[in-house]
Amino acid sequence: MFAIPENWGELTARERQDARINSWALAQIEFASTEAEQGYRKRTQMIKNVVQLKKPERVPVMPWAGVYPAEYGGITVQEAMYDYEKLGDAWKKFNADFVPDCLVSAALIGPGKAFDMLDVKNYHWPGHGTPAGTSYQCVEGEYMTADEYDLLIADPSNYFMRSYLPRVLGALEPWQMLGPWTDIVELPFVGLALIPAGIPPVQQAFQKFLEAGQAIMEWISAVGPIEQTSVASLGVPPTIGGFTKAPFDTLGDTLRGTRGIMLDMYRQPDKLIAAMERIVPIAIDMGVRNATAHDNPLVFIPLHKGADGFMSNKDFEKFYWPTLKAVLMGLIEAGTVPYLFVEGGYSQRLDVITDPDIPAGHTVWMFDQTDMKEVKAKLGGWACFGGNVPGSLLKAGTPQEVEAYVKQLIDDVAQDGGYILANGAVLDNTTPENLHAMIDTGKTYGVYG
Amino acid sequence: MSQKLIDAITDMRENDALSITDEMLQSGTNPLDVLEACRKAMEVVGQRFEDGDCFVPELILAGEVLKQISEKAKPLMKEQAVSAKDLGKVVIGTVEGDIHSIAKDIVAFMLDVSGFEVTDLGVDVPPVKFVESVKETGAAVVGLSGFLTLAYDPMKATVKALKAAGLNEVKVMIGGGQVDEQIREYTGADAYGRDAMAAVALAKQWLGG
Repeated sequence: MFAIPENWGELTARERQDARINSWALAQIEFASTEAEQGYRKRTQMIKNVVQLKKPERVPVMPWAGVYPAEYGGITVQEAMYDYEKLGDAWKKFNADFVPDCLVSAALIGPGKAFDMLDVKNYHWPGHGTPAGTSYQCVEGEYMTADEYDLLIADPSNYFMRSYLPRVLGALEPWQMLGPWTDIVELPFVGLALIPAGIPPVQQAFQKFLEAGQAIMEWISAVGPIEQTSVASLGVPPTIGGFTKAPFDTLGDTLRGTRGIMLDMYRQPDKLIAAMERIVPIAIDMGVRNATAHDNPLVFIPLHKGADGFMSNKDFEKFYWPTLKAVLMGLIEAGTVPYLFVEGGYSQRLDVITDPDIPAGHTVWMFDQTDMKEVKAKLGGWACFGGNVPGSLLKAGTPQEVEAYVKQLIDDVAQDGGYILANGAVLDNTTPENLHAMIDTGKTYGVYG
Repeated sequence: MSQKLIDAITDMRENDALSITDEMLQSGTNPLDVLEACRKAMEVVGQRFEDGDCFVPELILAGEVLKQISEKAKPLMKEQAVSAKDLGKVVIGTVEGDIHSIAKDIVAFMLDVSGFEVTDLGVDVPPVKFVESVKETGAAVVGLSGFLTLAYDPMKATVKALKAAGLNEVKVMIGGGQVDEQIREYTGADAYGRDAMAAVALAKQWLGG
């Protein structure tokens, strides 16, 4: 937990960021060795330097690994989701063998048992619609219907509890029968408002909810020590303090689906924009609250439906960017560091995202298929950036090709610091040799003179 | 009137397009002419997509408008529409283990409106299904879609299965967010495309459309 200092209200965004980064970098951890502690301090210092656009001692190497550690550890993804001992062995082995500059977290794999109990409908996962060896995948759908914008805008939490969650979590379907909590405004209403809580299907739904909670507690009790072991023995810092999303993606991925939101851009643009604006403070709170709870300033934000080709620049400026920008500004103001995982291509968007209202040295942008020389030209001196080593190369290339690619990338864009070496797309498929080539080349070739 | 309908569709004026359709049909325009206007409009939309002047929302909206217009026109048609789908047959699907459908649906739609007869096998399609479908339909082109890097190996397996079944003449195109020339080579596919219009161009090139 990050302890908010008493003078927080008087601090600038930069001072707040410093306070959060320092708290994370100087965290009191029982390291297994002096070497591990030095590694942790060195790595957090390198990351602080690149966020603040300085030259670190070398390029930090921060792969964003999906489910590859399962394959590497000789288990299926399904096993990783259901057998936490196997999960721990695989993820600890991955971190120990590759020693990246960030912890590759086992927490993102998720508790399969709880998903079963809750009867999650909007995802398929290994053994539940996808093969045992693959990642979980989203099931496209209109989980919010086109005529429900007013309900969402009026009260998003109420909408989630009584409309969205009963649709996507089968076990909670009876929650549709609940009344809004905001009915409970005077003593007599306590009784009246809670009548639904006595209906048998609602009671059963809460029973399942509690059982899932217990399964989740078992999971996190297992995952916590897995992470702590890697951090304490290797000195690899956790680099995801919180998680949030661009409001357009919350609407487009989570609620309306790709098809739904794209039709809304034409059929009901004002409502779409109003809903995204309504979600801004919720998205900021989600990021800041978790960053504070985990005493870690970095807030991970995957960007999906604003990529090149998904919409025109004009629509990007109208629909995607304003509320994402508002979320970024809120996160920055609170001293957290938005860590944007920019999926797909963003070459067309660089002029828009380098918005002069966003202060320099407060954001991190990890790209996939974006022209990195353009990125350097536009983002250099304004924001830390990285990514781009292709998933195709890591899967189908040779270690020599990977090494050559990484060296070229470092030559092209890393010379002034403010740069992180990473793969572009989520790493689900590669070979150990290729991944070693990426990480090890970064560590040796990326040393600043 | 036809031009007004074409303009309404290509300008993404959904309500106008539908009311012009109603006017045309009520005033006795041959429903086939209405559908012909839609086809012309989609040519324009496809060209704009190729030129980078319109994007996914426009393709989805245009598709939605077309669906509504054809629902209005088809019940009024006295004669069977002469199949305009004479460019050839294409089998398409998202490969095994991958359940993403949006991009595949757009490619299937653009192939369809461009005059190909498309068999869409859906998502999570095992190699054997592609083989069976090609044999059944006699399709000369297969399109394999996959959003994630996990699609690489199933794509490779599907190409292999087609060859193993003796379907060596069938051309295979692949596409998806993480697909590039390196993956084309890895999978043994004949070509890869970045978007729906690239798929149309490849199919035309191979089928001589």
